[in-house]
Amino acid sequence: MIQINCLLILSAIMMFAGIFGFLTRRSTLAILLSIELMLNAADINFAVFNRFLFSGQNNDGFFFTLFSIAITAAESAIAIAIMINIYRHLKDLSADKLDKMKW
Amino acid sequence: MDSHNIMFFILAALILFSSIACVLTKSILRAATYLFFALVGTAGIYFILGYTFLGAVQLMVYAGGVVVLYVFAILLTRGRKDQLSQNTKTKIFASALLSLAGLGIFVFAILKGNFATNPLAAPNEGILSMNDVGSSMLSTGDNGFLLPFEAVSVLLLACIVAALVIARKR
Repeated sequence: MIQINCLLILSAIMMFAGIFGFLTRRSTLAILLSIELMLNAADINFAVFNRFLFSGQNNDGFFFTLFSIAITAAESAIAIAIMINIYRHLKDLSADKLDKMKW
Repeated sequence: MDSHNIMFFILAALILFSSIACVLTKSILRAATYLFFALVGTAGIYFILGYTFLGAVQLMVYAGGVVVLYVFAILLTRGRKDQLSQNTKTKIFASALLSLAGLGIFVFAILKGNFATNPLAAPNEGILSMNDVGSSMLSTGDNGFLLPFEAVSVLLLACIVAALVIARKR
């Protein structure tokens, strides 16, 4: 009895929890954690739409999710490298302290 | 109410609780832990949908790789202020209002959308076999994904090089 609405609302709540965190957090690492939540909600939607609406016809949503996971891993590796570099120079990761691009 | 539905409700409760706790908790290390549980719950959702390969990838890449990377980054960059800095009450209130309004619009649209779908049946093994995944990844035909596959491999190479260049000591 799992309807498509249950899963879509579940991912919508996850998405807006991520948006709330993105708006309220100050630390850039915590902002990245919120971005992960949002990406994950989008991935759930891809898989759910493919499974419910196009099961047996094509697998595009499945592969979208697969590639999206790979891209997210790459993105977070780069972002964390940047964070560590910023920390090495400025000793602070708050988004409101990072107001100069050159150092 | 079979075990399939009970498992879904457990996973949904886990995901809802951990994703909301992830953005509300004060300590950033706890936020990473809650994110881990939200990602594991998502892997469970993929298993329930019948996409077992996707669930395994989610567990390995996200729960095994990305979260560990985050925990290392948090521990490496932890200074005197490991607590998340405080916001003004108005900003938190405005953000909560904005998120709830957006969520309301989404839920309204989803319920109004009226997707004519059957409820999810218990997954059988045959939804998408490893054989299909492998041949789709390496074919250029109708359901082929060779080009994005190669693009992702170039992206990962670029990512390795860029992470080394950015994070190296000068």
